[in-house]
Amino acid sequence: MGIRFILMVNKQGQTRLAQYYEWLTLEERRALEGEIVRKCLARNDQQCSFVEHRNYKIVYRRYASLFFMVGVDDDENELAILEFIHLLVETMDKHFGNVCELDIMFHLEKAHFMLEEMVMNGCIVETSKANILSSIQLMDKAH
Amino acid sequence: MASSNSLMDSLFQRSLEDLIKGIRLQLHGESSFISKSLDEIRREIKSTDLSTKSIALQKLSYLAALHGVDMSWAAFHAVEVVSSSRFEDKRIGYHAIAQSFNDQTPVLLLITNQLRKDLNSSNEYEVSLALECLSRIGTDDLARDLTSEVFTLLGSSKAFVKKKAIGVVLRVFDKYPDAVKVCFKRLVENLESSDPHILSAVVGVFCELTTKDPRSYLPLAPEFYKILVDSRNNWVLIKVLKVFAKLASIEPRLAKKVADPICEHMRRNVGKSLLFECIRTVVSSLSDQETALKLAVARIRDFLVDDDPNLRYLGLHALSIVAPKHLWAVLENREAIVKALSDEDPNVKLEALHLLMAMVNEDNVSEISRILMNYALKSDLLFCNEVIASVLLACSRNSYEIIVDFDWYVSLLGEMARIPHCQRGQEIGHQLIDIGMRVKDARRELVRISRALLIDPALLGNQFLHPILSAAAWASGEYVEFSKTSYDIAEALLQPRTSLLPPSIRAIYIHSTFKVLVFSLKAYFSAQDSTSSPLVEESTNYVSSLVNAFTYESISSLVDMIELGLCSLSGTLDVEVQERAKNVLGFTGMIKHKIIEKVTSPESVIEASRAVAFMEDVFSEELGPVSSTAQEKVPLPDGLELNENLEDLQEICGEFLKPVVDSNSNSFSSSEKISFSVAKLRISDQLEASSSSSSHPPESASLLAEHRKRHGLYYLSSQKSDDHDDSNGNNNNTLNEYPPANEILADSFNPKKKMNQSKPRPVVVKLDEGDDIKMKPDGSSNHEPLSRAIQTALMGKGKEKEREKDNPERSLDSGTKEQSLRKDKKTKKKNGEKSSKHRSRRRSDKDASAAKPVDIVDFLL
Repeated sequence: MGIRFILMVNKQGQTRLAQYYEWLTLEERRALEGEIVRKCLARNDQQCSFVEHRNYKIVYRRYASLFFMVGVDDDENELAILEFIHLLVETMDKHFGNVCELDIMFHLEKAHFMLEEMVMNGCIVETSKANILSSIQLMDKAH
Repeated sequence: MASSNSLMDSLFQRSLEDLIKGIRLQLHGESSFISKSLDEIRREIKSTDLSTKSIALQKLSYLAALHGVDMSWAAFHAVEVVSSSRFEDKRIGYHAIAQSFNDQTPVLLLITNQLRKDLNSSNEYEVSLALECLSRIGTDDLARDLTSEVFTLLGSSKAFVKKKAIGVVLRVFDKYPDAVKVCFKRLVENLESSDPHILSAVVGVFCELTTKDPRSYLPLAPEFYKILVDSRNNWVLIKVLKVFAKLASIEPRLAKKVADPICEHMRRNVGKSLLFECIRTVVSSLSDQETALKLAVARIRDFLVDDDPNLRYLGLHALSIVAPKHLWAVLENREAIVKALSDEDPNVKLEALHLLMAMVNEDNVSEISRILMNYALKSDLLFCNEVIASVLLACSRNSYEIIVDFDWYVSLLGEMARIPHCQRGQEIGHQLIDIGMRVKDARRELVRISRALLIDPALLGNQFLHPILSAAAWASGEYVEFSKTSYDIAEALLQPRTSLLPPSIRAIYIHSTFKVLVFSLKAYFSAQDSTSSPLVEESTNYVSSLVNAFTYESISSLVDMIELGLCSLSGTLDVEVQERAKNVLGFTGMIKHKIIEKVTSPESVIEASRAVAFMEDVFSEELGPVSSTAQEKVPLPDGLELNENLEDLQEICGEFLKPVVDSNSNSFSSSEKISFSVAKLRISDQLEASSSSSSHPPESASLLAEHRKRHGLYYLSSQKSDDHDDSNGNNNNTLNEYPPANEILADSFNPKKKMNQSKPRPVVVKLDEGDDIKMKPDGSSNHEPLSRAIQTALMGKGKEKEREKDNPERSLDSGTKEQSLRKDKKTKKKNGEKSSKHRSRRRSDKDASAAKPVDIVDFLL
């Protein structure tokens, strides 16, 4: 299914955003997040950004204090996912102006919105920053 | 609990922002704050005011997403919130729904209408909300009910909406395959769209669909090809490449055609992600195309030496895909791979290890093992064991196919035992014994290595090495004739530190000591009687070297030592150890004073030597490997029928095997019934024997009757017990026929000789030939209705009328099929074969591919 889930976790291991593209129960989610966060936080900068976990791969990258982790199927192109993460961060940056962790915390629904524009059903559908931002801005004006 | 609320709290509802701030302010006791907020939310959410409700829902969603709070109880409230006309509320409601609803949510059906309304709304953002929600939680029912709306939206003029509708289509197809008939055409039309975003979405959908079932989408290859050549958008190209990877693997002509554009892309200065995707496509599906492959391997080499560890890892990964068919690519990059073994990243190291193992063959196995052992010594625990495991696996594959020099390999196994981190004792021990059994020529070296392992007291403390020690002990005992100094071995087996071993292994140690003792005694006695009997000369081959070693003093000191070592064990708690110790002690007790008396009375010597000869005989028979197909090779004795399916029993004893329906029969005592049935059986027996050339010999029936007579008490009234007993009866017959293990050994002996080696490769006994794992047929039955639907959509594009006629039939068929889909392949086929119109499409794979070349050939050639 392409992308299985997207997580944003800070360095202390607290989840700031969690978007799942397949149904998992609450306990499963928590267990999953715990395991993955532990694995990624234990790695250093010289190691590559891909981790194998069970039957899928986690592609992650650290931006300041936040880890962006995307769980993907085995046949997904990892470099493309890295680019996707970068695109996401850039989009948020443009929208919030110098985005930081607090912005995401207080405007979680905007972050969700952005993700929803970009990913549908686990597939990346929108890759143009302009498009994403314009629709978000229009939606904000709409109500 | 909530009694401490101030007036302020009850008047003003906390917004989400307040909640977040509140949580952040809690230095500790976050959970109590959360549960307090949860109570607040529960109160607020019941309010009739929609805006209060929605804010409460928003807070709840937040808590559920990030703090693991369950929000399924608020499902109905979410439905209410969604029905609000305010966009803000709708957004919150849909978000909550998308997050918390699943197939089990009872109120799922209630939102169908709401979704429908929103999908038809003129406000594109409402539409997009609904679409988004549908994509996350769509179930079969929802998909079915809302297909027509999705269809309309696929043709919407607003690109924004169209794109999202395309995204949803995947889910809808997945849950409700019949939607294909309705939506597929529009979906395909979008492939020709000029808007790159639409294109990206569509290609994404096809990428997913092709992964599941490539064959159905082969007719669309021309459209994809156009995109491949024209587009410059990396995302789109990556997806199209994935599609082609799947298509080309089933249609080789496509591979040829597609290779050129892909090479073009690789030569351009494109982003690394696209480059990697090209490489991956080439190595996985187009590996027959020479130019493309060479180009890809060149690019892989660039990746391998890059500074970025990501690229190194991906390069290695791509190499491992290409390794099975094109080993030259791996060999070319050997240095880079070996360098990668010491990389910082464990993933990279593992990939390098696997690649190295793929390269291994007869000539370089010792060299590569040397390199790997050095790395294992330097590495951490995990990697060290990975290395050991892969070396063990590679060397033991196909009964040690690549090993020529077994002496070297056995010493390697011994070396592995000395690596500090080694945890693979189980496998090593297993291989030591295995080699001992299969390779006669290696036994000498095996015994030598075993001796070294046994003597070292340090190894006894390491519990991971115990299986190795146990193997070493067994080998030392079994092949003691190859050893030079049996005294050392016995001493090592009885050293005090063996108390660290678990009882099961100690038992093996003691038993091996026994074998060593017997062998030594035999050697001693044959040395004494070397002139008397010709039989003894035969065995002096091995014994001759020891003749000088065993004098009276040495043999009695051996016996003394053994006695001393085992005395203490005769009182241990473990029964196995105790028993074995006592066995040996009994034997030594008997022998000992015979040896002492040797000088005085020759008869006692003969007695003793006879006793020893007897024991030696016990140990002389060789244990060998038994083929797993040995049972099948046992010839069936005449007159015995072995049937798996015992339904034929019905013929013989049908009357007695029917379940008892009649309630009156309960009054019968069981014995009466039995004798009655036995009598009947005899009669039917005779009838059968006289009448026809029945396939069942009367023997089995009368055996059955006999058995039943004797053990009638244990018979149930149903057929099952008869099956059991019949098979028991069969077993009794074959048990006597089963030849001893050694006979089979001789039958299936398969010698292998290599002529061009300086030292001939020793003979390895292999018994199991062709252990092929049968490939299970692909589980594509899950997607059959979908693929069939797609095929009809693609092929019957112009044939509207026929499809309409078929529609009611097919929807019926697919409706019923969906239910029994995963379980009952047979009935599905039967259902399908009912209508003759579909027969041509039934064997869809064959026919479709027969029809398809017509389309493709025109285009491709």
